[in-house]
Amino acid sequence: MAETAKTKKVIIPKKHPMPTQDAGERVKNFNEVALGYAIETAVTEAERCIQCKKSPCLAGCPVEVDIPAFIKLMAEKDFAGAIKKLKEKNALPAICGRVCPQESQCEMYCTLGKKHEPVAIGRLERFCADWELEHGVTLPEVVPPNKLKVAIVGSGPAGLTCAADLAKLGYQVTIFEALHVPGGVLMYGIPEFRLPKKVVQTEIDNVRKLGVDIQVDSVVGKLATVDELLNEGFQAVFIGTGAGLPYFMNIPGENFCGVYSANEFLTRTNLMKAYLFPEYDTPIRIGRKVAVVGGGNVAMDSARTALRLGAEESWIVYRRSKEEMPARIEEAEHAEEEGVKFAFLTSPTQIFGNEQGWVERMECLRYELGEPDESGRRRPVPISGSEYIMEVDTVVMAIGQGPNPLVPRTTTGLAVTKKGNIVADLKTGATSKSGVYAGGDIVTGAATVILAMGAGRVAANAIHQYLAGKNT
Amino acid sequence: MFKILEKDILSPVIKQMEIEAPRVAKKCQAGQFVILRLHEKGERIPLTIADFDRNKGTITIVFQEVGKSTRELGKMEAGDQIVDFVGPLGLPSHIEKFGNVICIGGGVGIAPVFPIARALRDIGNNVTGIIGARTKDLLFWEEKMRAACDELKVTTDDGSYVRKGFVTDVMKEIIEDKGKDNIALILAIGPQPMMRVVCNVTKEYGIKTIVSLNSLMVDGTGMCGCCRVTVGGQTKFVCVDGPEFDGHLVDFTELAKRSAIYLEKEREALDYHKCTCGGAS
Repeated sequence: MAETAKTKKVIIPKKHPMPTQDAGERVKNFNEVALGYAIETAVTEAERCIQCKKSPCLAGCPVEVDIPAFIKLMAEKDFAGAIKKLKEKNALPAICGRVCPQESQCEMYCTLGKKHEPVAIGRLERFCADWELEHGVTLPEVVPPNKLKVAIVGSGPAGLTCAADLAKLGYQVTIFEALHVPGGVLMYGIPEFRLPKKVVQTEIDNVRKLGVDIQVDSVVGKLATVDELLNEGFQAVFIGTGAGLPYFMNIPGENFCGVYSANEFLTRTNLMKAYLFPEYDTPIRIGRKVAVVGGGNVAMDSARTALRLGAEESWIVYRRSKEEMPARIEEAEHAEEEGVKFAFLTSPTQIFGNEQGWVERMECLRYELGEPDESGRRRPVPISGSEYIMEVDTVVMAIGQGPNPLVPRTTTGLAVTKKGNIVADLKTGATSKSGVYAGGDIVTGAATVILAMGAGRVAANAIHQYLAGKNT
Repeated sequence: MFKILEKDILSPVIKQMEIEAPRVAKKCQAGQFVILRLHEKGERIPLTIADFDRNKGTITIVFQEVGKSTRELGKMEAGDQIVDFVGPLGLPSHIEKFGNVICIGGGVGIAPVFPIARALRDIGNNVTGIIGARTKDLLFWEEKMRAACDELKVTTDDGSYVRKGFVTDVMKEIIEDKGKDNIALILAIGPQPMMRVVCNVTKEYGIKTIVSLNSLMVDGTGMCGCCRVTVGGQTKFVCVDGPEFDGHLVDFTELAKRSAIYLEKEREALDYHKCTCGGAS
């Protein structure tokens, strides 16, 4: 019987589409764009997984979620079992299901994807996490607490994961967060319409429930240095301070009013809720025509945010072509649906302002693609004499972020790279300083939420071994 | 939460508060600043530290009510709680024995000058203080500054107290009196136009001048770049590279323009909250 059922199983070639808010509507609000699968859709999508023997998807997950196992439980409608399975490896599933670049991770390796579209692993993960948020959270098992204290610097994805893993192992974990709310880039960077802040705070509350103490308003490097933390009874320190230093292009006119770093533009909007000004105190000024320079997720987030803040036109200005854009495919598609315009193979050379110091226009240069560079993408080559003027009144620089130097500069004996990233063993997170570990963007440069979480997990294991060795 | 322990009204628009923040008080140095947020919908307000008491675990702030948030803070009383109080941020003042030093505080800038003047004198400098305000009512901390300096000069723009004149007039007299070569350093904190004029004058004399900038900020930890300012042709972040810079290198014209970005929004906020927080007084 089972045999027959199997042979007769018809494979649905495409992923079930994600229900979304209508593009014309959503561009007027900050509510979440992707609405999530209904139960029936989730189950049928889970049934698309053929439970192949090799499970290549596993290799694509930086935190080693047992993907076939959780999907199997979903197909059996055991959502409680599925979320439990997910949480064995992933402390923040509601977040990963929303912001992971699945197309270049788990879903890229899916067997089904060879002939058809891969299983929508990310959407299924999100479904399970949301199901749990609705039905009440069961906490993972925590071993009895020991007396060993570990400090975590930064409460972004790396720090939260490291903290959750260590707390589950019985450590007394304190997270020090510089801003007034925990979450790091999940709160200040990724917009509400892509990752609702309520979802983030619920996930963080779950980390708190494991016994993790989160101290906000605590700038390590200023209030206390890493060395002081080690002297004050913390046996190990994990640094996950992220890529908190905005890059500018160093072109003339970048300090005119109306030129924002993407960090500032998004922080004002997301963290400080400038879109609710004047009910909220922090203002933002949006012009009629906005140019966002860059092609990553941060650039898409900024361009889409600009439209929601009331800009008449919002442009992505990117020096390579559409194919090379590092943004998640879905984000670029959503941006396009919402009316974001794209100027590919284009990069600004100068910004001009008026008497009062406000941006008026931007000079751009056109590019063509040459030979592949060290990143494997075709190198953009400027076309001489192709300068032209773009009339804009707001410019957002979304060309990447570097490591925030506050902690590296104030910690003795901590090796850093030329760019200022902390040097850490990617297999353990160990730095040049005994007892000090690091992971996430502060080590790798700006990357993804899930890679930072993977680094947090690796460091937690290494810290566990280090402390177990030290205290036996 | 951070408790306001004491409140003093220095003038109708200038208030002083002592805030309980033991961890910040333990670490802070003269010249650094804090960021506070009044409530969940509040903005992050940067204020330079006016005084601190490590034993008591307190930080003193002095602020002028200009926008919606500072007016709101001005209405809070001793015993009230502030939701966030972050610090110490920025680099401390560079304190060493220079020799003869002039410390100038203009308007609400008198407050942040005080701990720096004290630190400079403690290390053995001969400190001449100059404090000035538009009018007598806006002048404060005369006795406190007198105690922190070897000598203190006071002036008012309108002549309503001690003498008539700007702080720069007094400064010029001192420079002429002592001789420009006998003054090692000038520190000036106050409204941007005042700092600019001080720098223009001292540049002619060739006297090194330090200013403390109060640019717009959001996070205050180098993350957003809102506070960027051009110093000597290079972009610097006031929050992590400052707040103090060589005044002769600061592009004050750009600073003034960038400081005015949200003036219109400030008015909008005041109008919106008129009924709830008192609005224009």
